Amino acid sequence: MVTTTLPSTPTAPTPTTTLAEKIGGWHILSALLENKPGVLFRVTNLFRARNFNIESITVGSTEQPDLSRMTITLNSDERTLDQLAKQLRKLIDVVEVKVLDTDKTVYRELALIKMNAGDPTTRMEITNFASIFRANILDIGKETITVELTGTPDKIEAFKNLVDHFGITQLARTGVSALPRGAEL
Amino acid sequence: MVEMIGAKALIHALEKEGVDIVFGLPGGANLPIYDALVDANFRHILVRHEQSASHMADGYARIKRKAGVCFATSGPGATNLITGIATAHADSSPMIAVTGQVPLAMIGKDAFQETDIIGVANPCTKYAFQPRSAHEIPETVKKAFYIAESGRPGPVLIDIPKDVQQSSADMNFPELIKVRGYSPVVDADLSQLGKSVEILLNAERPIIMGGGGVILSGAFSELQAVAEILMAPVVTTFKGKGSFPENHPLAMGPIGMHGHAEANKMILEADCILAVGARFSDRSVGRYDEFGRGMSIIHMDVDPAEIGKNKSVDVAVIGDVKSSLRTLVKMLSKVIVKKDQDNPWVRRRKELIDHYAETLKDYPRDLTARKALKKLREILPANSIATTEVGQCQMWASLHFDVISPGTFFSSTGLGTMGFGFPASIGAKAARPVVPVVDIAGDGSFNMTENSLAVSVLDNLPVIVFLMNNYMLGMVAQWQRTFYNRRYSGVHQRNCPDYVKIAQAYGAQGIKAQSLSELEKAIRSALKMEVATVIDIIIDPEEDVYPFVIPGTGLKDMVTG
Ligand SMILES: Cc1ncc(C[n+]2csc(CCOP(=O)(O)OP(=O)(O)O)c2C)c(N)n1
Repeated sequence: MVTTTLPSTPTAPTPTTTLAEKIGGWHILSALLENKPGVLFRVTNLFRARNFNIESITVGSTEQPDLSRMTITLNSDERTLDQLAKQLRKLIDVVEVKVLDTDKTVYRELALIKMNAGDPTTRMEITNFASIFRANILDIGKETITVELTGTPDKIEAFKNLVDHFGITQLARTGVSALPRGAEL
Repeated sequence: MVEMIGAKALIHALEKEGVDIVFGLPGGANLPIYDALVDANFRHILVRHEQSASHMADGYARIKRKAGVCFATSGPGATNLITGIATAHADSSPMIAVTGQVPLAMIGKDAFQETDIIGVANPCTKYAFQPRSAHEIPETVKKAFYIAESGRPGPVLIDIPKDVQQSSADMNFPELIKVRGYSPVVDADLSQLGKSVEILLNAERPIIMGGGGVILSGAFSELQAVAEILMAPVVTTFKGKGSFPENHPLAMGPIGMHGHAEANKMILEADCILAVGARFSDRSVGRYDEFGRGMSIIHMDVDPAEIGKNKSVDVAVIGDVKSSLRTLVKMLSKVIVKKDQDNPWVRRRKELIDHYAETLKDYPRDLTARKALKKLREILPANSIATTEVGQCQMWASLHFDVISPGTFFSSTGLGTMGFGFPASIGAKAARPVVPVVDIAGDGSFNMTENSLAVSVLDNLPVIVFLMNNYMLGMVAQWQRTFYNRRYSGVHQRNCPDYVKIAQAYGAQGIKAQSLSELEKAIRSALKMEVATVIDIIIDPEEDVYPFVIPGTGLKDMVTG
């Protein structure tokens, strides 16, 4: 982990500015699915067949071996959101669907960002930004630096904007994973 | 636990579900199933094309109100079923389609007659199973029936690899199963019903819109009770045609693109709509944005996803519509006995009916579709079953053939599948052999599945094909007349084939009817016959269907001729 700090650099956005505030109608849905072949296909086919425009989807295992959790984010009006939740619930392999209240939810995304960093000043600047954003430097080569950043989507956006002028050569984002805060299930 | 092979377990599981008939056609990938079928205690009907097997299963289901079953082999056999599966899906009809599949080890290798039928069927089934070992079969069948028949019904596919059919396992036939993630039965929310009562009683001009859900749940007497308490005129969707007796003093018939003029007019004048088991389809309501403006809408449906899908509503009552209506009747009866029978709103119904009876003129010929269908209704016993093909014939049936006994009419309304009616009528006959069954057909549609005459004759399932023959793909021709300045393109069937000879070639009766009196004789003869009868009714190719709500316009823009 790089720990240098320079006072003149911009600071990371405060966690209170969520994307939901910037773009009206950003939503997170959390669904529990049967963990078996063909389920993912059924869900994604539903999105296509009913013309739902999804921003990101993540799927992975849960505390229960026979269930996977899918987190979906989308920008939409309430009616589309309501339909999406209902249509998902209708799928037999979908065990539960919740529309999460973004204020009462912890949600994170991971991004891997590879940038041009041929000269020492650039490297310095990037490592600096990385440290402010609590990002990890995963790889430094002669020409590039690869950074791993975890945060809300808007934090990742902010970092991207900051380093854009160095030239981002490759970028991979995982999409959002989310859980409700506290004891809520 | 009993040891047996997968194919035997399938047949046994079907027997346990009370299956009495299966429609299908064998091939390489379902040979083990066909071998086990020899010892089955139910009937197998050999079709001449798998599409007809799925339509027959559908027609059977719509009358029995339980899942119809069809079999096909892998690849082309399975894809041939798809039109019928999609038709059933669009109309929420319960069906179990069992397809053979290439052996497990061959899946994904583009083997001979391999089709990813699970992938193909996904968008048009309620669920699709592919058991991967023989012991899964009994539970799969149980789940398939449960899913197909409960909640909003629909088709379920079971795709069984050949080696799974052939291999032996200890079988356990469960009596009860649970499907996590599927809970179809919801009791109607009493507070929502309370709100509905309030709105309905305060409405001055309430109207009821009966949809297909009424027929699926058999809520005929409940619907009638609500209508009679409220003295509310009843329109239906086309799918809901026959959810309410069409000779009832409150009945107004179907609304929609080719709905009854008085029904289309009346619904726009209402201040409150009680929509029961209907989905506000474009064909029924014209424009979503225009329809129901300024009215209170109460929507009852078993499928929560239908609420707000096409139309925002004021009150949503989610649950089986039969139980929702039953509770509504109880709640209403506590407050009133019956609304005034002679009120201006009820008089308006009569006024509109009389007005349009006067204005909507029949086509100027001796034998028209309208006259033919009125004659058919006059002669057919009230408990007869009628289905239709697709096109003008279907819309004329909607307009001019009144359903008297609720639940005795059905049609491919959602998908509009030409070729559906004839095999479906055979399925309906199998479900209720004691009543006459009629397919109100157009020549183009009948061509698509006419080889089912073999089934009708050989398997002793006689039906009447009421073929309104204009030697045209009539509905398309009407659109070309209306929207393309009479530039006909691909609509002439050109006097081919000879339907009387076609019928005779299969051992059925064929009668040509060129006048109303010939038609009357033909219908009477068909009713007496013990084999299928095709009545070839020659009508004018220029006869249009009116009223017509042009797509993209609202019910208020209805054209009456
Ligand atoms: C399988 C299928 N193909 C095409 C259509 C489009 N289509 C709708 S109505 C119609 C004409 C039907 O002709 P016919 O069965 O002779 O009935 P008519 O309209 O003449 O009464 C066609 C081609 C359809 N509904 N289904």
